[in-house]
Amino acid sequence: MTPEAALDLVRPAPDDGRPERLRIGFIPLVDCAPLVVARAGGFAAREGLELDLVRETSWANIRDRLVLGHFDAAHMLAPMAVAARLGLGHLVSPVVAPFVIDHGGNSIVATPRLAEAIAARGGGDDPAAIGAALAEVVRARLARGEEPPTFATVHPFSCHNYQLRYWLAAAGLDPDRDVRLVVVPPPYMVDAMTSGMVEAACVGAPWPELAAAAGVGCILMSTAATWTPGPEKVLGVREAFIERRPHSFAALMRCLDRAAAWVEDPANRDDLVRLLADEAVIGVEAAVIAAALAEGPRFHGAGPVGPINRPRPADGLWLATQMVRWGHARAPERAFEAAQIAFSPTAWDATIGAEAAVATSMTVMPFDGAAFDGADPEAWLATHPATRTGPIFGES
Amino acid sequence: MVDRSLTILVIDENPVRAAILEDGLRDSGYTTVVRLDTTHELLRRIWQIDPDVILMDLANPSRDVLEQMFQVSRTVKRPIAMFVDQSDTAMIEASVDAGVSAYIVDGLRKERVKPIVDMTVSRFNAFDRLARELDQARTELAERKLIERAKGILMKSRGIGEEEAYALLRKTAMNEKKKLSEIAQSVVTAAQLLG
Repeated sequence: MTPEAALDLVRPAPDDGRPERLRIGFIPLVDCAPLVVARAGGFAAREGLELDLVRETSWANIRDRLVLGHFDAAHMLAPMAVAARLGLGHLVSPVVAPFVIDHGGNSIVATPRLAEAIAARGGGDDPAAIGAALAEVVRARLARGEEPPTFATVHPFSCHNYQLRYWLAAAGLDPDRDVRLVVVPPPYMVDAMTSGMVEAACVGAPWPELAAAAGVGCILMSTAATWTPGPEKVLGVREAFIERRPHSFAALMRCLDRAAAWVEDPANRDDLVRLLADEAVIGVEAAVIAAALAEGPRFHGAGPVGPINRPRPADGLWLATQMVRWGHARAPERAFEAAQIAFSPTAWDATIGAEAAVATSMTVMPFDGAAFDGADPEAWLATHPATRTGPIFGES
Repeated sequence: MVDRSLTILVIDENPVRAAILEDGLRDSGYTTVVRLDTTHELLRRIWQIDPDVILMDLANPSRDVLEQMFQVSRTVKRPIAMFVDQSDTAMIEASVDAGVSAYIVDGLRKERVKPIVDMTVSRFNAFDRLARELDQARTELAERKLIERAKGILMKSRGIGEEEAYALLRKTAMNEKKKLSEIAQSVVTAAQLLG
């Protein structure tokens, strides 16, 4: 028997009248909102659920504790569901992403010095123009023999990392050579930018806003523009949880759907800001949270291609393709298969949206080029090799 | 058989726990133990130290920094596996339950690593127990002081002896199905309000 099966079997049956208790891990970010609201707004209680929300300090902890069965579900980076299925970084675990928590919410923030250098070379406000200016700045520095600038994201298997990499590559920079990509936990981001150790970061709300408020960062752009807005965080669950506790799972899906609708409703904005600013949730100033929400992560309703919360295999395939492109996943066929299973809309259709389900589009549109066709990810990879540029300053 | 040649890095922001762990490792014969208590320039320092095994507090947000370094970064010389052997779920569970993550350089055999991880897990658990006991001791001390104050108030206001005052508190606590310290708190609060 697997450990998670053992854990599930000792639970009380869900129909004994008591609320069913679910432990859910989250990271202090604005997009944990639907989970927090599901509990605080009574949406979970109405479904007979008691949510035990556990704040975690790292995505690695979120994944380990979901995989080991400490958590029934978790606030998770979208690519992490695919990585977990492939066993990248840890055990192979059949994790799925049956509910997309949000679209967007990440921004690229640069130190004032780098932001000024970019602005001096044109800059502008679309990803292509800012990228072109950045490429000039970086090339000039490398030509002078300076160290490549250090850019930070939050985890290797994150949309932040793939958005940043896509944008850099589109600007003609090699993300593995022309810049140094590191991971900095969001709570340390302001310090890392203050000390100049990190010159730019792709990070989720409210941390770019916090860097801006602290005067150590200028927000260059929202990465929602990098490609068709798609899943940023997802609800990660183990397949075993869905199989063994189908009623609890369905109840969780329904209460998240309602909580997400509440989060999306502008009429609830002040209450939402207050809930998120709480010391036990994110614990940063309300004004910073409000600014981050105004940047517009989307939580519910119609997205660019179908309902926002409904997983779309094309989005999973797109992320898996990025993982293959950058050498994070080495077996393309396995990665594509894992992505299709992780981002299957079946559970969403069965619990929330049977009628809303429509023919699912298979394309993703990056900001700068041809559409990605989920039916043929290999074709896209053939035209987008990992390294677009030759060595700029010799082999490192 | 303990392998003294291994370099073990302990990353922990709690200096007491880190010291307990370091002592334990040294006592077991591991002589090369390095302690990092700050996350500043973590990557560069790990690179310099070049450890075979890294032990890290699970509550440290820098776990994600190591994920990057070990899984995908091309700047690291050697690939590293987490938690010893990926198939050893029991050891991983014990680690996670204790609050420790262990990162091991690939190629180290399990027999060589297991005693280190076992020792770390038991030290983390022992530290946890100590911290809990300390917490409990503090609470008990505070409660005892509270009861003393409540007794004093009762003795003065009702003109009774110490034993009688204590008996009165106990009886009230039993009747109201509350803790003795809760009743004592009520007495102290009431006395403050009534002046």
